[in-house]
Amino acid sequence: MTKTADIQAIDPFEAALGVSDVKGRSPWEDAWHRLLKNRAAVYSAFIMAFIILLVVFGPMLISWESDFTDWDYTSTPPSFASGHWFGTDSVGRDIFVRTLEGGRISLMVGLVATIVSLLIGVSYGAIAGYFGGVADRVMMRVVDIIYALPFMFFVILLMVVFGRHIVLIFVAIGAINWLDMARIVRGQTLSLKNAEFIVAAKACGVGDWDIIRRHIIPNLLGLVMVYVTLIIPQVILIESFLSFLGLGVQEPMSSWGALVADGAQDMESAPWTLIVPSVFLTVTLYCFNFIGDGLRDALDPKDRL
Amino acid sequence: MDAPAPLLEVKDLDVGFDTPEGEVHAVNRLNFSIKPGETLALVGESGSGKTQTAMAILGLLAENGHMRGQALFKGQDLLKMTTPELNRYRGSEIAMIFQDPMTSLNPYLRIGKQMVEVVMHHQGRAKAEARARAVEMLRAVRIPDPERCFRQYPHEFSGGMRQRVMVAMGLLCAPDLLIADEPTAALDVTVQVQITHLMSELRKRSNTAIILITHDLGVVAGLCDRVMVMYAGEAVECGSVEQVYYDPKHPYTQGLLNSVPRLDRPEDMDLVAIAGNPPNLLALPEGCKFRDRCPRAFEACREKPPMQLTEDRHAYRCFLGDPK
Amino acid sequence: MNRGSSMARHSLQRLLGLIPTLLMLITVAFLLMRVAPGGPFDSDKVLPPDIEANLNAKYHLDESLPQQYFRYLGQVAVLDFGPSIQYKDWTVRELIAQGIPVSSTIGLAAMLLAFVLGTALGITAALKQNTRADYLLMGVGMLGISIPNFVVAPILILLLAVYAGWLPAGGWDWGIASMVLPVVTLSLPVTAYIARLTRASMIEVMHSNFIRSARAKGLPESLIIRRHALRPALLPVISFLGPATAAMISGSVVIERIFSIPGLGSYFVQGALNRDYTLVMGVVIFYGVAIIVLNFLVDLVYAWLNPRVRYDQNR
Repeated sequence: MTKTADIQAIDPFEAALGVSDVKGRSPWEDAWHRLLKNRAAVYSAFIMAFIILLVVFGPMLISWESDFTDWDYTSTPPSFASGHWFGTDSVGRDIFVRTLEGGRISLMVGLVATIVSLLIGVSYGAIAGYFGGVADRVMMRVVDIIYALPFMFFVILLMVVFGRHIVLIFVAIGAINWLDMARIVRGQTLSLKNAEFIVAAKACGVGDWDIIRRHIIPNLLGLVMVYVTLIIPQVILIESFLSFLGLGVQEPMSSWGALVADGAQDMESAPWTLIVPSVFLTVTLYCFNFIGDGLRDALDPKDRL
Repeated sequence: MDAPAPLLEVKDLDVGFDTPEGEVHAVNRLNFSIKPGETLALVGESGSGKTQTAMAILGLLAENGHMRGQALFKGQDLLKMTTPELNRYRGSEIAMIFQDPMTSLNPYLRIGKQMVEVVMHHQGRAKAEARARAVEMLRAVRIPDPERCFRQYPHEFSGGMRQRVMVAMGLLCAPDLLIADEPTAALDVTVQVQITHLMSELRKRSNTAIILITHDLGVVAGLCDRVMVMYAGEAVECGSVEQVYYDPKHPYTQGLLNSVPRLDRPEDMDLVAIAGNPPNLLALPEGCKFRDRCPRAFEACREKPPMQLTEDRHAYRCFLGDPK
Repeated sequence: MNRGSSMARHSLQRLLGLIPTLLMLITVAFLLMRVAPGGPFDSDKVLPPDIEANLNAKYHLDESLPQQYFRYLGQVAVLDFGPSIQYKDWTVRELIAQGIPVSSTIGLAAMLLAFVLGTALGITAALKQNTRADYLLMGVGMLGISIPNFVVAPILILLLAVYAGWLPAGGWDWGIASMVLPVVTLSLPVTAYIARLTRASMIEVMHSNFIRSARAKGLPESLIIRRHALRPALLPVISFLGPATAAMISGSVVIERIFSIPGLGSYFVQGALNRDYTLVMGVVIFYGVAIIVLNFLVDLVYAWLNPRVRYDQNR
C-alpha cells in the first residue's frame, strides 16, 4: 500500500533524477562512432565503393567490348599507348574490360547468393530459437552435422549434377552458406526471447507485434548486417573457386575466378592476365573482410575476432 | 608511548583514466595510513574510488590508467616501483582478494596448483612443503576435507567456498597487509556472515593489517577498527568505528547512516535517501564535491573545505563545525 | 570423478554422436549422384541395348533407389567401394589407397604448420597489442584469409619456380622441394585465421579476472602467460581444428589441381566431371571419415584441456 507521503516523496526524487550532466548516446550512435574510428574499415569502404562504381560503369565508358578480339594487340602488356591500359590476353581481348565485367558477375553472385543465405539462415535460426525445445535441438544438430562437412564437395557435386546454370550457382552457394547465420540468429532469438527487457515490456502490456517490431527486429538487425558483410566475401570466394575449377559460370560470361584460371594458364608469357583479376579479387575480399570486421567490432565490441 | 610507525602511508594519491570522453578522475589527492595489525574500512558508494585506490597501491590499474602520489609501504614507495620490484611484495607481503570469487580463480587449474605456486615462487619451498602449507591454510579457513579440495577445480565449489580459498591463498605467505575488495559482495547474506567471522578470527590469530573495501556498513561494524568514508575519489571522513558510526560529522556520512535500515529505529520512520546523483567523474565540481546534494550546504562550500581534526583524531572534510 | 572415467564417458558420447554425420554425408552424396540427369554412360558413344543392360546390371543401376542405397551401405561397411567407372581396371579402393598417402602428407603438414605458426603469431600479436607489430601482423593475417589459394599458388609459382627457379612448379616426387609450395599455399588461409583467433582469445584471457589475481600474487608475467593464460587462450583454436580440416580438404581440391598432385582431391574432381559415381562416393566417404575422426580427436583434446566441459556433461 503506497502512502500518499511516499508518493509525494517520489516526485521530487524523480525530478532530481532528471538532472544529469552526461549526455546519453543511443547504441546505434555509439556503434557508428566506433565504426568511424576504425580506419581500416573506413578506407575499405571507400575502396569498395570505388570498385563497385568501376565495375558498374566502367565497361560502358571503356571503348573496348569484352569479347572484341583485337588482332593487332594480342598478349600485349599494359600500356597507355595501345589503349589497353591493363593489357590484352592471348586472343587480344582487353583485360581491363574483361576484369570489370567479370567483377559484375562476381559481385552479383556475391549479393544474390548472400541474400539466399540470409533468407534461409534467418528463417531457420529464428524458428529454431523461437520454438526452442526439441525442435531447436534437432535443427541445431542438423546444422552441426552439415557444418562438419567440406562445403566444396557439395557445391561441386551440385554443380556437376545439375549443370552450370547461373541461377543454380546462386542457390547452391547460398544453400551451403547459411549455417553461421542460422546459428547466430538462433542464439540471438533465444536470448532475446527471455531477455528481461522483453519480459518487462510484456509486463507493461506491450503487444506481441509491437514487441517484435520495436525490440526484437532492431536487435537482430545489427547482427544480420554484420554477418551479411562477412558472408559476401565467402560467397564470392566459393564462386571463384568453382569458376577456377571450370565448374562456375559458363562462357561467354566470366567471373574473376575464371579470369584467374585463364591468367594462370598464360602466366609465364603474360603475367598481367593473372595479376589484374587477382588484384581485383583480392582487394575486394580484403575490403569486405575489414568492413565486416569493423561492423562487428562496432556493434558488439565483446565479440572481436 | 610512541605510536608504532604506519605500515602503509598513502600520500596525495591521484588516479585517473584516459577515455575517449576525457579523463576520468577516480581518486583525488587521497591521504590515509594504516598501522600494523589494524583493520581499516574504505567505505563509499560505487564510483567513489575505493577499488581504484587498492589497484593503484598494487600497480594493477588498467592500461589507460595513471597515478600520482606516494604509497609508502614500510618506507618504500610502491608507486615508483617497476613490475618485477612490485612482484616481490605482491602475494607475499601485501595480498589482495577480489570481489568475485567466481571469476577470480583460474577455472582451468586445480586449486592446489594455484595455491602452491604462490608459496613456491615467493618462498622457494619444495612442492611437498608448499602443498602441506596450502592444505594447512585451507583447513584454517574451515574448508571441509582440505586434501580433497586441493585436487579439485574451482567450478566444483560454491561461491562461499571459493572465497574461502581466495582468503587462504592470500594468507599463504603471511602477508603484513591484506586488501580485501568487497569480499562479500557477490555472496549470500548467510555466507557473508561466515566470511566476515572468518576474517575476524584470522585477524586475531595473525597480526595482519586489513584494508576492507566495502559499501556494506554492517560488515564494517563487526570487523574493523577504523573507517574511512570516500566520496568522489576523496576521503570525507575518517575515524574509529565508534566515532564515525555514533558521531558522524560529515553530512554524507550522516546521510549514509540514515539510509541504512536499522533494527533500533521505530518502524514507521522513513528511510531517507540522499537526494541527487554522484558527480560526473569527467567533470568534477569545484569546491566541496558533495555540496549539490548536501542538505546543509552554504556559501562557503564553493571553496574546497579543509580536513578538520578533532582532539581524538576524528577527521572530516567539511566547513561545518569550523569555528570560522 | 577422476579424469580417466570422465574422459571415457565423454569420448563415448561424442563417438556415438558422430555416426549420424557420416550417414548423412553418405546419403546426401549418394542421392546427388544418383539423382543427376545422365548416367555414367551418357557419353558420346551409343551402346547396343544388351551391352547397356549388362553394364547396368553389373553396376546395379537397374535396381530401385532404396535397394541401391542399402546395398551400397553394406558394401561400404566392408570397405568395398566397387570398381571405378572411368578407370576401368581399378577398384575405387585401390585408387583411394594411392591417393591417401599423398593427400594426408600434405594435409597433415599444412595443419601442423597452420597450428604452430598461427598460434605463435597470434600470441605475439596479442602480447604486443595495438603496437605497430600487432597491426602489421593482423593486416597480413586478414590478407591471408582474403586471398584465395588459387591466386596465391600461381603467383608463388611464378615468383619462386619460374622466375627464381628455386622450387618445382608442380608434380609430386615425395621430395621436400615439391612439398613446400603446396603445403604453404594450402595452410595459408587456415594459418591466418588461427592467428587472428588466437590473438583475440589471448587478449580476452589476459584481461580476465583470474589473470589479475595471478598478477596480484606477484607471479612474473612470463609464468602467468605460460601457466595461466595459454591453455584457456588456445581452447577456441582447438575447437576450430575441426572446421579447419574441412576447410583444408576443400582447399586441397584446388591445390592438387594447380600443382598436378595425384591426391584424393584430383581424383574427386576428375570423378565428378566424368560422372564416376563409385569413385566420387568413395572419396567423399573417406574424407567424411577423416573429418569425423579428427573432430572426435579434437573433442577429446578439448575435454582434456577444459575440465568444465567434462563436469557439465556428466552431471
